[in-house]
Amino acid sequence: MKDALTTFTRSRIFWPVVALVALLVANTLKTSSFLSVRVQDGHLFGALVDIARNSSPLLLVALGMTLVIATRGIDLSVGAVVAISGAVACSFIASSPDPASPVTVLTAVGIAVGLSLVLGVWNGFLVSVVGIQPIIATLVLMTAGRGIAMLITGGQITTVNSPPFKTIGSGFWLGLPVSVWIAGLVFVAVAVLTRRTALGMLLESVGINPSASRLAGVHARTLIWTAYALAATFAGIAGLMISSNVMAADANNAGLFIELDAILAVVIGGTSLAGGKFSLSGTLVGVLVIVTLTLTVTILGVPPSVTPLFKAVVVIAVCLLQSPVVRAKLAARRRPAVVAPVPAKVGA
Amino acid sequence: MITHELEPAPSPAGGAQPSGAAGGTLTRVASALRLDRRYIPVIGTLVVLLGMFALGASRYENFLSGRVISNLLINNSYLVVLAVGMTFVIIAGGIDLSVGAVVALSGITAASLFQSGWPAVVVIPLVILIGSVLGLVVGVMVHVFEIQPFIATLAAMFLARGLAYVVSLSSIPITDETIVWLSSTRIPLGETWSLTPSGIIALLVVAIAFVVLHYTRFGRTVYAIGGGEQSAVLMGLPVARTKVLIYVISGTCAGIAGFLFTVFSRSGYSLTGVGMELDAIAAVVIGGTLLTGGSGFVLGSVLGVLVLGLIQTIITFEGTLSSWWTRIVIGALLLAFVVIQRLLLVRRRV
Amino acid sequence: MSHPTPVVEMRGISIEFPGVKALQDVDFTLRPGEVHALMGENGAGKSTLIKALTGVYAIDSGSIVVDGAPHTFAGPAAAQAAGISTVYQEVNLCANLTVAENVMLGHEPRRLGAIDWRATRRAAAEHLARLDLDIDPASLLSSHSIAVQQLVAISRAMVVDAKVLILDEPTSSLDADEVRQLFAVMRSLRSRGVAILFVSHFLEQVYEISDRMTILRNGRLVGEYATAELPRLELVSKMIGTSLEVLEKLEEAPKRSVAARADTQPYLRAIGLGRRGAIEPFDLDVYAGEVVGLAGLLGSGRTELARLLTGADRADAGQVEVEGTTTRLRTPRTALGHKIAFSSEDRKGEGVIGDLTVRENIMLGLQAERGWARRISAKRADEVVTKYVEALGIRPADPDALLRNLSGGNQQKVLLARWLATAPRLLVLDEPTRGIDVGAKAEIQRLVAELAADGMAVVFISAELEEVLRLSHRIAVLRDRVKIAEVTGDEVELDQVVELIASGGRS
Repeated sequence: MKDALTTFTRSRIFWPVVALVALLVANTLKTSSFLSVRVQDGHLFGALVDIARNSSPLLLVALGMTLVIATRGIDLSVGAVVAISGAVACSFIASSPDPASPVTVLTAVGIAVGLSLVLGVWNGFLVSVVGIQPIIATLVLMTAGRGIAMLITGGQITTVNSPPFKTIGSGFWLGLPVSVWIAGLVFVAVAVLTRRTALGMLLESVGINPSASRLAGVHARTLIWTAYALAATFAGIAGLMISSNVMAADANNAGLFIELDAILAVVIGGTSLAGGKFSLSGTLVGVLVIVTLTLTVTILGVPPSVTPLFKAVVVIAVCLLQSPVVRAKLAARRRPAVVAPVPAKVGA
Repeated sequence: MITHELEPAPSPAGGAQPSGAAGGTLTRVASALRLDRRYIPVIGTLVVLLGMFALGASRYENFLSGRVISNLLINNSYLVVLAVGMTFVIIAGGIDLSVGAVVALSGITAASLFQSGWPAVVVIPLVILIGSVLGLVVGVMVHVFEIQPFIATLAAMFLARGLAYVVSLSSIPITDETIVWLSSTRIPLGETWSLTPSGIIALLVVAIAFVVLHYTRFGRTVYAIGGGEQSAVLMGLPVARTKVLIYVISGTCAGIAGFLFTVFSRSGYSLTGVGMELDAIAAVVIGGTLLTGGSGFVLGSVLGVLVLGLIQTIITFEGTLSSWWTRIVIGALLLAFVVIQRLLLVRRRV
Repeated sequence: MSHPTPVVEMRGISIEFPGVKALQDVDFTLRPGEVHALMGENGAGKSTLIKALTGVYAIDSGSIVVDGAPHTFAGPAAAQAAGISTVYQEVNLCANLTVAENVMLGHEPRRLGAIDWRATRRAAAEHLARLDLDIDPASLLSSHSIAVQQLVAISRAMVVDAKVLILDEPTSSLDADEVRQLFAVMRSLRSRGVAILFVSHFLEQVYEISDRMTILRNGRLVGEYATAELPRLELVSKMIGTSLEVLEKLEEAPKRSVAARADTQPYLRAIGLGRRGAIEPFDLDVYAGEVVGLAGLLGSGRTELARLLTGADRADAGQVEVEGTTTRLRTPRTALGHKIAFSSEDRKGEGVIGDLTVRENIMLGLQAERGWARRISAKRADEVVTKYVEALGIRPADPDALLRNLSGGNQQKVLLARWLATAPRLLVLDEPTRGIDVGAKAEIQRLVAELAADGMAVVFISAELEEVLRLSHRIAVLRDRVKIAEVTGDEVELDQVVELIASGGRS
């Protein structure tokens, strides 16, 4: 038991979890009813449910980002994909003769997710086939993507009135928001996909040592391509959630900076931007920290626009605690029971 | 060994390569053919820029007027300064995502201080200094704590944006005389050409950056780090100091750009400059600087800014084209440049 | 020859890396005005000794005296300040800058605070001229050959008035003319009193240029000799050595003669296979059940040959037949599809996936072959991992340990397990025993013999000739990137191979 505890306090996920707990405690001290969840019309309500609901789109984007980062890549275009996906779905529904029909909505969802997948394949093509650095390759779509979304919506904020579509972002099922179910489902699916198959291990091996992986016969190109395709697909689903939540497609602001939040969530969750080992549960914690932080600011009565300041403080704190220099110092202060990984010197 | 003299006409880095002995016509022809490949991307940008001017001139009357061209520089002077700072960072192989937020912070701080009656002689240096200090923070995070530039500058971006919100959420108009004078003065140059104080400041920054990059040991160390940080260390260069300074420079440029933007809009607003860092990065890349570091010129970045500005101008002239085409065209240009750079790189390896 | 006061004196230097004693009690003396060759095979400790001198590595014990004063340098910059300049094999200059800048960077003449480019280029030109290097200082470094870049690096070293110039394998990618140019420069520097430490694996060059040599083997000092007094054959045998301890541990592996092979087909046949700049076209047959050794010094093309056989590098000439069918080995993946596995000499860069566990590292090859979708079941993985951890004696026997926490020898065994798990028909091992302790070495040797006895074809590369001789049924000898001979069976004598390596069979 004590060993498990030690392992936990030494893991990279420790500080993010501490931050999350601290935020929850702070909120509870401020509002004693913070942690309570009440039932109304068979639906669950409360701050915790809000956190879960608000986390859903970010979690989807961050999951894809985790896989991309594991391969030593990065995807800056997911925010643009969110906007495009919402624009496509809303435009299709708005222009259809029967916006309220489930068939229309399903078709719209299909088109939006399909298009997102195509965009992901495009990113993957630039990175794994053309060989452009990930940060630039995805910068292209990040720059052009919102323009494309505007093109689709004709520069308007396209509003729709379609109850089935509204369900994705605001509906409830079995007491929980539908978006939470979707995000949860995708989380489980990714977890199964990476940890029940060999996808996770092979992605990590490509991220840790590309040349060794090549000699071992790992097909890096397909793996990297898959990661970008998945990232964009998940961003597309997130885009549906966000646009369904407000029942409109705002090409300019939908998913603005979500890529940065997602990257932050991944980094806070202990996955290194240098690639390699990734942690899906770490990403989940990272997402929860960011969303809870935003909510905390609201609850504490601070103007919501000061959130970036809090975010900056948390990010800097977590990054500093995870930085090699500080970790080495902390490790040295604690008892030297565990042999610290020796920095491998290159022998003669 | 073939010696070739380099003499590109309006050389973006003429200082690095001034002519030695005067060559005959033959050498000149030879040098034109054997152009230093570092200039190829910049020349590409220049060709694109001239092509766009030609396109504009052929489609619209009055396009090639002094007014249009003057406005191109004047309206984009803040972006020129941002791109200059970003050029330092990118040449050294880093990236700075915080500049847009720093623009907002220095702008809103200036407006707020003017509102409380502070004099311009204090406010202007102060808001520029804000940028420098944030740059220093980033530099320390990147160098001492080994946090990736991407994350460190992202944190700085949130920090600057948050501080801007703390200063004020609403837009503050500026009535300070100096600022009003700065923003309303137009210095005529001939009949249709003109320049504003902001434009002059931007050109001054470009000139200083050019001298620093090409005529100081610090500037050359920036290139050396971008060419290979490990090599730079083994060559005994002051890598640590240079890396921190680079971010200070980028922050300072962002501070100046914030000041210029304040003059331009005659107000401060904490929501300005959202996505401005992407415009700056795009301008630098389109200007021929390799995002992998080690190669690029400030003058190229200026050309990049002009290309971005010209896209905007053409789309305005076109009238029927919606504004979002700007972003799509910028994206397409970015793609074209990146793919060409990649192809050049592949050919170099062979 | 008079013996002026040494400019560098290293005494009793020891450096230990985790699991490896890289240097043990080594002495080294360098005098002004001499070219001193540092000799030894891969892993002998040459680079470590250089890095100890230039402050890249901290020494565990011993003393370094430079110019009569004890010194320990904090890093390359400090060593440079004390007059010790190093030119590395992979040129450590900035290819994106001009020649003049690379020579002068950090020392540019300035006027009014600004770099005076005219003076800079003039100074650079002067420094280049002192080395008889006639190139345009304003040209880009990357527009020049490696040889010229090498000389530019030397010019840079001389800008700081180096008393000691370290040349770490400067000639490995130069052609004959370029080497001559480099040697002219070295002679002129020597006459000016500069002490030059020269590392090269080309014996001819060493005999041509050096005055004295220090030989290292396995991190220990073999001795210091005047070049003129040490015959070539003796040098090679001193470098290669006969590590008796290893031989004692290795039971005499019965070499099954592969007699019946006249009427059988080789598993792999290379015909005129080659790659420009790496290895000249060669023919090679490898039969099932035999160990083919590749002998030759470092840089002789032995690694390059192995890489072509396994798809790690792409050949630009010739063809490969696997079991009589012509095929192309474009990537390691296609080679693995033909059951050809390759264990690279660069264990850290091309083998170990440090942040993954022992289990994952062993299963990687097998899993990559199956694709990501069909994960090997935990039960099967456990079987495979347990089998190899036991069979190879991997320590700690914990499949969940991170590979980077294992010693070099155990990492090597894990990599072997990775390849063996894919059940290869041909296993190419490039220096599998380098840098690992004696016990692990013997175990790996025994394993290779057993694998061949069980019918696997093995290509075996080692810097230790004894080892190659002992294990191989047939030996292909390489020299200067050419396969120069093939010697078979019991008649192979150590002296014979040494002579081939030393003189190329021409004499």
